[in-house]
Amino acid sequence: MFARVALLVLKKDFAIEVKSREILYTTLFFAVSCVLVFAFALVRDGRAIDDAAAGILWIAIAFAGTLALGRTFERERYGETLRALLLAPAPRPAIYVGKLLGIVVLLLLAETILVPLVALLFQAAFFARPWLLAGLLVAGTIGFASVGTLFAAMLVRSRTRDVMLPILLYPITVPVIIAGVRGTSALLQPVPDEPAAAMWMALLVCFDVVFVTLALWTFEPLMTE
Amino acid sequence: MDFDVITLTDVSRHFGRRRALGRVSLTARSGDIVGLLGPNGAGKSTLIGVLATLVAPTSGDVRYGSQTSRQAPPALRGRIGLLAHDLHLYPELSARQNLAFFAQLYGIDGREIVDAALASAGLADRGDDAVSGFSRGMRQRLALERALLHRPRLVLLDEPFTGLDDHAVDLVAGRLRRLAAEGAIVLLATHDLDLADGLVTRVMLMREGRIIADEAAAPGLRARYRAMIGAA
Amino acid sequence: MKKLFTPLLLIVAAMFAYAPVMIANAPYESSMGLVQKIFYFHVPSWFVMFTAVFICGIQSANFLFRRKPSADRIAVAAGELVVLFGLLGLVTGPLWGRKAWGVWWQWDARLTMALLLELIFIGYLLVRKYGGPGSEKLAAAMAIFGMANVPFVYVSVNIWRTVHPKTTVVPSLVPGMFGAFWFSVLAFMLLFVLLLTLRVRLEHQRAALDELYLAEEDL
Repeated sequence: MFARVALLVLKKDFAIEVKSREILYTTLFFAVSCVLVFAFALVRDGRAIDDAAAGILWIAIAFAGTLALGRTFERERYGETLRALLLAPAPRPAIYVGKLLGIVVLLLLAETILVPLVALLFQAAFFARPWLLAGLLVAGTIGFASVGTLFAAMLVRSRTRDVMLPILLYPITVPVIIAGVRGTSALLQPVPDEPAAAMWMALLVCFDVVFVTLALWTFEPLMTE
Repeated sequence: MDFDVITLTDVSRHFGRRRALGRVSLTARSGDIVGLLGPNGAGKSTLIGVLATLVAPTSGDVRYGSQTSRQAPPALRGRIGLLAHDLHLYPELSARQNLAFFAQLYGIDGREIVDAALASAGLADRGDDAVSGFSRGMRQRLALERALLHRPRLVLLDEPFTGLDDHAVDLVAGRLRRLAAEGAIVLLATHDLDLADGLVTRVMLMREGRIIADEAAAPGLRARYRAMIGAA
Repeated sequence: MKKLFTPLLLIVAAMFAYAPVMIANAPYESSMGLVQKIFYFHVPSWFVMFTAVFICGIQSANFLFRRKPSADRIAVAAGELVVLFGLLGLVTGPLWGRKAWGVWWQWDARLTMALLLELIFIGYLLVRKYGGPGSEKLAAAMAIFGMANVPFVYVSVNIWRTVHPKTTVVPSLVPGMFGAFWFSVLAFMLLFVLLLTLRVRLEHQRAALDELYLAEEDL
């Protein structure tokens, strides 16, 4: 029942996105703009300063992720469909899981384009240890999206949601950004520092476990007005 | 699981110093079509939100048969159908996709149910068009069918006649009468006395978060309610 | 609590009046000189800030799950005090850092962590103020998540950088510094309890006033 409803919500979000492709395109374009803006700040004499690539990648993910979260829940707000979902005879946390999966898939799709782009523009050796990098990206994206989905869902009721989402989300997800950036730049060293990357990934996985659990636990009381 | 009566006892809902509902008590039975009348801001929408389990009361008790809303299990929500002012439809999806999604969400399978709902909304030939291209009246009819897909026991309608022409109003009214005859409890909020007249079996008049009158509908009451709203 | 209030007020006042004497009499630290005395002010602020973070988080959970309005009043009081005492720590830290590191702000682990917690709880207050109706619940989620975030911030920031005097500073204090230090901690804690009580009482009275307004409408 739980999994069925979560998948149903995911499939529905997918159907909407396939029709309009709005969120994927805008998110991707925004992420690329972020990369360019940071390139102007961090490139000297044709070369990026050390470690810039990892930082730029994760900042672009965080910024674009906020945009995607806002747009996804704007869709559920228009027509108050979020309330319709909450009325369904299903465990309410299943709705959260469905929305979370949608955001994670969307961001991972955007990352498959973003990562090669950053690698190309900054001569970053992202593909020296592809599996470790993929692990960091997946764990980091889930961590960011787990908090983001809950906050965006609860802010649907609030008039000031556009400004409140980043205000609430960024301070809480700083550990994700630190772990993502440090883990990624450990992989970018001339000799990739695998133990360091694995350690950061472990931290990200712990973060995911704790915050997904917390979100599942608080979703129902948060969504009743 | 099915209930024949809903009972509200002293239900209040405050937002800080603003009172949306003040000690509302009401009972509605299977077969009733209750008209919730009152001006904008009288608390009709909040009351419907409370009945739909989406708004938690600050104090008071809401019962569906023998169950209270606080322990509201998912199965109880499955017996409630809500048509809110915002229509609970995804404009990017087609009418059929919208209905199919909600049917699956309620665990109902089958094209026939979706087809029947489309026909009943008068949209059989436009089922595959995106809802964003529909007029307000078409959306309203579709939203009503969406809310009734799972044959709810408690039907909550917020301004169901918005954007409907006379013919559609008659169709919807007939639909609601049939539902009530089959045992549903129908509660509809409206500020339009003319449309409610002749359809509802009971009338509750709300003002400033309170029910100020609750009686069986009878012809000729309209003028009296006008006077009450004006005078109160 | 009401009866204890006046004695508590007197004790805190007396402790804060006497604290400078104790701090002045504590041994003079040779390498940092006079600036080291900030320590008696700086560290107790952190102690209080963390206590307040946990009170705010736990009471928010209490409010969210048990729907106790009184828990929300304690949470908001504690949330404001997190920001207040965090600010004290954030002001005194750089004062010390200027002497120790030669710069006002060093991306030091503990200072960064405090800055993050400060931001989280400013967010908590902002969402309460500007979030519209029902924002207490949204803020409660922020407080719970903020509290759960403490270990993650701690670990990540710590591995990221450390230039701060180690926590072992406390046990390695010269015996003469101990008395003044724990005296300061106690004074800060009592001040915290005092402010918290005061603020919770204000919230209680606000709630009572709201009820009176609603009751008056009922007449």
